[in-house]
Amino acid sequence: MALNQFLILAAFLFGTGVYGVVARRNGVLMLMSVELMLQAVNINLVAFSAFLHDVSGQVFALFVITVAAAEVGVGLAIILLIYRNLGSPDLDRVEQLKG
Amino acid sequence: MLDLAWIIPVIPAVSFVLILLFGKRMPRGGSEIGVAALAAAFVLSCLTAYQWIQRVEDATGAHGALSAFGRGLRASTGEEVVVHPVVHGFTWFQSGGMKFQAGIQIDGLSVLLLFVVTLVSLLVHIYSTAYLAGDRRYTHYFAALSLFTTSMLTLVVAHNTLQLLVGWELVGLCSFMLIGHWWEEQPNSDAALKAFFTTRTGDIGLMIGIIVAFFAAGQTFDIVATNQAALEVAGGHTIWLVAASCLLIGIIGKSGQFPLHTWLPDAMAGPTPVSALIHAATMVVAGVYLGARVYPVFWEGFSISAGGVNAMALIGGITIIIGALLAFVQDDIKKVLAYSTISQLGYMVMGLGVGAWTAAVFHLFTHAFFKALLFLGAGSVSHSGSHHSFDMKRDMGGLRRYMPTTFWTFMIATAALCGIFPFAGFWSKDEILVTAGQGGFTFFLWVGLVGAALTAAYMTRCVYLTFFGEFRGHGEPHESPRAITVPLVVLAVFSALAGLLNAVPFGIEKFKEWVEPTFAFPHVVHPDFSYAWASVSVIAALAAIAAAVFWFVREEQLGALRGLTGRNRAAGAAYTFLENKYYLDHLYTGVVVGSIKGPIARAAYWVNQNVIDGVLNGTAYLARRAARFTYDVLDQGVVDGAVNGIAAQTGEAGGLLRSVQSGRIQRYALLLFAAVGVLSLGLYVFN
Amino acid sequence: MIAQNVAFWIIALAMAGAAIGVVRSTNVVHAALYLVVVLAGTAAQYILLAAEFVAWVQVLVYIGAVVILFLFGIMLTRAPMGHETDLDTDSRWSAAVVGLFLFGVLTALLVDAFGDKEIVLHEPTRTAAVADSIFRTYVLPFEVVSMLLLAALVGAVVIARRD
Repeated sequence: MALNQFLILAAFLFGTGVYGVVARRNGVLMLMSVELMLQAVNINLVAFSAFLHDVSGQVFALFVITVAAAEVGVGLAIILLIYRNLGSPDLDRVEQLKG
Repeated sequence: MLDLAWIIPVIPAVSFVLILLFGKRMPRGGSEIGVAALAAAFVLSCLTAYQWIQRVEDATGAHGALSAFGRGLRASTGEEVVVHPVVHGFTWFQSGGMKFQAGIQIDGLSVLLLFVVTLVSLLVHIYSTAYLAGDRRYTHYFAALSLFTTSMLTLVVAHNTLQLLVGWELVGLCSFMLIGHWWEEQPNSDAALKAFFTTRTGDIGLMIGIIVAFFAAGQTFDIVATNQAALEVAGGHTIWLVAASCLLIGIIGKSGQFPLHTWLPDAMAGPTPVSALIHAATMVVAGVYLGARVYPVFWEGFSISAGGVNAMALIGGITIIIGALLAFVQDDIKKVLAYSTISQLGYMVMGLGVGAWTAAVFHLFTHAFFKALLFLGAGSVSHSGSHHSFDMKRDMGGLRRYMPTTFWTFMIATAALCGIFPFAGFWSKDEILVTAGQGGFTFFLWVGLVGAALTAAYMTRCVYLTFFGEFRGHGEPHESPRAITVPLVVLAVFSALAGLLNAVPFGIEKFKEWVEPTFAFPHVVHPDFSYAWASVSVIAALAAIAAAVFWFVREEQLGALRGLTGRNRAAGAAYTFLENKYYLDHLYTGVVVGSIKGPIARAAYWVNQNVIDGVLNGTAYLARRAARFTYDVLDQGVVDGAVNGIAAQTGEAGGLLRSVQSGRIQRYALLLFAAVGVLSLGLYVFN
Repeated sequence: MIAQNVAFWIIALAMAGAAIGVVRSTNVVHAALYLVVVLAGTAAQYILLAAEFVAWVQVLVYIGAVVILFLFGIMLTRAPMGHETDLDTDSRWSAAVVGLFLFGVLTALLVDAFGDKEIVLHEPTRTAAVADSIFRTYVLPFEVVSMLLLAALVGAVVIARRD
């Protein structure tokens, strides 16, 4: 197996995730797109771990999974709060940061 | 205590934290912590000062000269005694092989400032307990005062310019917080912002100056090393000229010098004790302190020993005149004092510019007392006399009968400010003028004299409008509580006597002996006392007072008459009798006495009216026109216009960028990812 | 090797299709189910790469916990269960351009950097080796991550609390 086939698959997932993060209005869907990007990162880590015969990459992948779980928890809580305050999970209603 | 002086700034810092944490729960809202901390800091400062004096006297005694005879004797034996400053430091942080230090440098100058800052701050703390009693943010006010004191003390004891910069910025922040203490009212928060941004403009100069000096002195922020390098003119004259010019911009911003002085009168929006502490006695003299601290940089940079005209003296001279003229057209007593502060700071900067190091620092010392006293006196008047108003024409007048302590302390401060013998201001101002005259700066000698006369005149107007004549306000004026009068009396004692520390004709030169650096800067100019110039300056001041009394008192009586008639019509029958008495009095003097005057009296009257009055009126008219012109055109038009113009430009540029700030995080994400892509592509292509 | 390559490409195509489904689906629940496909595919790729432990953690944590969280989130925000055309913002096209652009740049970089380097696998990574690495070399990050999880737990509760 070529190293690159994994890396390019990861790049594709990443690009798709970027599209989703920007294009999705619904907060839950945006978080799912973030998960896609994190999958891309993990595939890279594990692929390099196998390529270099070094277990560290897998350890980092585990850390990323943990952090991702935390991120989803907090992210969903925030979206719940937005939903409760604005009556919709749509992120483009959140424009209090407007300059 | 000299080695342990770092404790002094730490005490108010601890008090700041304690007030923030526990202030609200204390029975007196945290003010007792602030007062206790400042009392401790003041005692330790006195101890430090005492030990420093011991050190100086020991050093001189070791060389066989009797210290009681002062420096004059030693100079005659040709021996120069060097008293080294006490320097302690530790490595603050390390970056790229460069160690950044923090520490203390205790010498005459810093001991002097320690004493002044802790004393005035202590008195202001005590004063504030009465002045701000019942305020919405009483606890926060005292926390901010403590933070200010600790920042100012950090600045004062700094042994390197970097630490000095830290303290400098912190006092600016505290000044911002305290000017905007009552930020609910728009003008107050505007004034706070104006003060902050205007001083920040100067701070850019200061930062560049510090960086230039850092490289010029061989990559060190150390003040002693910088001064030595400057005296050796290491790296050539030009780099020191650049450093001095940049540092001068910092001084202009902080010490309210022309053209960045406009923030200081607006800063009077803050509580009056704050104006006394920050905008009269301590923070605004930070610029002068910086000038005195790294004086060799200015000495070499501006070639002060050569005489003539240099930027520093010129800025100071312009500020003296402009500040004094502006003080004439203000009706707000605090604004009069603010412009007076600007003018007096001009004296200090000019003093440094003409080589009068000792005189400038001496003026800083005396000015701190009498100007703080004037502000606290104005605060006392508004607190108990005029219902929290500062308008002299509408709400004051005749208060000397109701507030004797405030009146007499205010008079002492006024005498000190006007330079009347033997009050404090006389000795310090005179020393600046004499040094200017003997150092080849004749032009600035005359500027200083004109400034002294103007000072005496506007202070006379201010005192007259506030304390003499009829009471024009409403309510029952009464003397202020003891927490206010006691600080006034203490400051009055200092205002009256502080000048005697350096009374040259009496053979006392203690101030010079204790404060003047003998280490790393031997070139301080010492003028001989001149009875001629001293008499000229006092006579100029007295003449100005007389002229002002003549002019303003007459104007004021007419004004009072008009005011009374206006109220008479509205008031009704109850006051008619008293009012009519006034009418009759004027009818008598104007018609009856006038008609029975003989021809000689009439001739004398004609001369009086047409010749003497004409001269007086003409002079006063010109002065007022000049002041009005300066205020309207220069101050409000040109300087403010430039500031506002820059603000408008920034606003427009912001408007263009505003469309990018959509507030939608997904837009930001889009831009972020696009930028990452472009940067990666760039790396790919160019590698 | 050929068998593995065939397996990779089948799984990779499924993942790519599911990923597009996640970001293009007009039904929120369907999007979540597409996400399950992607996550499972990733786990399968890990097994191909002989990283068994990571693969099982992936299944447990992601499919077992994270997807359930997502479904909860969908329910609580009462997203419409049926088709919905209003799920996307109006910057769809610029998003597509940026996504494709990033994919292109990354691919070009990767091809340039790694060419046709091969992954040579000897034997599956033993879980004991992973454990050794975590508790020897990376014990401090491990503790930090546990703190992070705790903080996130508390944070999520505080943020989402109803009062």
